[in-house]
Amino acid sequence: MSSFKVQYPINGEDFVSAGEASRKLKKVLQNLGVDPQIIRKATVAMYEGEINMVIHADGGVIDVEITPEKIHLFLRDKGPGIPNIDLAMTEGYSTASDNVRELGFGAGMGLPNMNKYTDYMNITTEVGVGTTIEMIVNTKSAS
Amino acid sequence: MKLKKVVELLEAKTLNSCFNEETEVISACGCDLMSDVLAFVKDQALLLTGLVNPQVVRTAEMMDMKAIVFVRGKTPGEEIVSLADDAGIAILSTEFPLYISCGKLYSEGLYK
Repeated sequence: MSSFKVQYPINGEDFVSAGEASRKLKKVLQNLGVDPQIIRKATVAMYEGEINMVIHADGGVIDVEITPEKIHLFLRDKGPGIPNIDLAMTEGYSTASDNVRELGFGAGMGLPNMNKYTDYMNITTEVGVGTTIEMIVNTKSAS
Repeated sequence: MKLKKVVELLEAKTLNSCFNEETEVISACGCDLMSDVLAFVKDQALLLTGLVNPQVVRTAEMMDMKAIVFVRGKTPGEEIVSLADDAGIAILSTEFPLYISCGKLYSEGLYK
């Protein structure tokens, strides 16, 4: 398998469609014959990120690069930024609205889940400017 | 546990064409918080929830879950059923509340 790149624009105004990009990535990875456990890790991490982009950042763009060794995800938004990354990484901490919680999200598990399912995660954020999250899932071992 | 047994224990209705009574589930998760579901790593799982929106199906799809049981008599709309059809996930509905539904399945051997 050679390197493969795909880009997904994320609509920030539509919570109902949130997750469509992650569904599409899942199908791409299935078609490429990637191990199902690796697919689950990558798509759950991306799905949590996609939901966050819709809830907090009015959308953004997700770029995915798939190589024989790894799935590389870049999530970029121009949202409010994350004032305290350590706090945001704490399980159960959330700034989501009651409206979002009623839809089953905002439990404060988004970033912790993204970290849990990926082999590498780096958050670059600036308050008032936006956030970029880079994640890597290695495709060589299903841990 | 086969879905046939799940339907019998929960007196559930089947709501889409993906239902196969021979489909085997070996674990279950009863939850209304989808991020908690996404933290749950089990194979061939069944999701029981009182939450009814498209994100329930997307969450189940990301986790490779086999079936969703909507509790307390909740019936999903066409959009949700259609999403589940696309994802190959069976949709069931039971009148029992979440706690009772989980208890019935647990006591009959679905305890992972």
